[in-house]
Amino acid sequence: MKEFAMIMISAALVNNVILARFLGLCSFMGVTTRIDTAAGMGFATTFVITVSSMADWAVQTYLLDAYGLGFLRTVTFILVIASAVQFTEMTIKKVSPELFQMLGIYLPLITTNCAVLGVALLLVEGHMSFINATLFAFASSLGYSLVMVIFAGLRERLALVQVPRLFAGPPIAFIVAGMLAMAFMGFSGIAAS
Amino acid sequence: MSNAENSNQYSTIVKDGLWDNNGVFSMLLGMCPTMAMTTSATNGFGMGLATAVVMAASSYLVAVFRNQITTEVRIPVYILIVASMVTLVDLAMNAWMHELYKVLGLFIPLIVSNCLPLARLEAFAAKQPSFPALLDGLFMGLGFTIALTAIGAVREIVGSGTLFADASLLLGNSFKVIEMRVLPADMGVLMMILPPGGFIVTGLLVVVKRVLDLRAGKEIQMAGAHAV
Repeated sequence: MKEFAMIMISAALVNNVILARFLGLCSFMGVTTRIDTAAGMGFATTFVITVSSMADWAVQTYLLDAYGLGFLRTVTFILVIASAVQFTEMTIKKVSPELFQMLGIYLPLITTNCAVLGVALLLVEGHMSFINATLFAFASSLGYSLVMVIFAGLRERLALVQVPRLFAGPPIAFIVAGMLAMAFMGFSGIAAS
Repeated sequence: MSNAENSNQYSTIVKDGLWDNNGVFSMLLGMCPTMAMTTSATNGFGMGLATAVVMAASSYLVAVFRNQITTEVRIPVYILIVASMVTLVDLAMNAWMHELYKVLGLFIPLIVSNCLPLARLEAFAAKQPSFPALLDGLFMGLGFTIALTAIGAVREIVGSGTLFADASLLLGNSFKVIEMRVLPADMGVLMMILPPGGFIVTGLLVVVKRVLDLRAGKEIQMAGAHAV
């Protein structure tokens, strides 16, 4: 039990996908202008990361490793992720049309979110067991969602303040993100990486 | 099109890629390797070159097959083309530049989900003949390399006081000459080579580019990030 808790804290907070590993920065800068869209993106990405990581783990173990096809990993994983995104889109459309309306345009973009491919590659390279891998993927994506929502909150405030003209827009957002990353470094004492 | 028009178009492509429409500082695309692989100028340079090779090759291929690729399936096809090129670069670097390969690690396969190659394929290569597309991919990639090397250089000088450290180890012995120490060893600000430094230096360099563009009398874009 303690091992599982350590995996989750380490993946979500200490080695945060966005602020420590630098994955998924395009969506981090692109869709965090409002809290509700950031939360929606976080939710959809959490689902896709968890599903596709489980699938990628199985593909790596039973297909690529079993038949010595390791060099095809990049191509296979991106195909698995594209299918997982398609699957997520169909599921959400069936189960909750309202959520689908809300996330509609963001769903296809998740395929090129490097957090998805990055987490899958990390857990394969870490040679984790299936349970650990699933927990790692889930916790990583929770950390992703958390930072997305926090940063969206910061940017909503940022839109209201006067910043020097040359810093307006992306530069000030980067600097604020740097401060947020400093704050998250405070977690580094909690669990070993 | 006449020759003069052609060369005019080519010089626009080169200038756009290297500076005016720089992938990192103007379009804010490809941010993940930009932050993660710029702890030193050498790493940034290596990462940039790997991306440039992938971009040039995939832009050329997409432009060659642009009439065969139907609009409905174009994105999966682009991703597959980029993924194949990345696999080739991955295997080649593993064989011939093993030290650099070990440093860049995860971020070589992640070129697949870098937004910059895909954005150029969609915006440029899909509509242009093969030679301009090759040129665009190459120079957008080189602009990316310049940006990564610049960010890496600033972070390395402020963070550890060196410039191009380990270049001979990672890129080959002939690069020994560019290794240098700028500041004494104990003067580095560690924060700059840790994650927060990546965000802060990138933000400041975007401002530097705006200042330079203003000085040159160019229009600067003040709009927010439109990256996806």
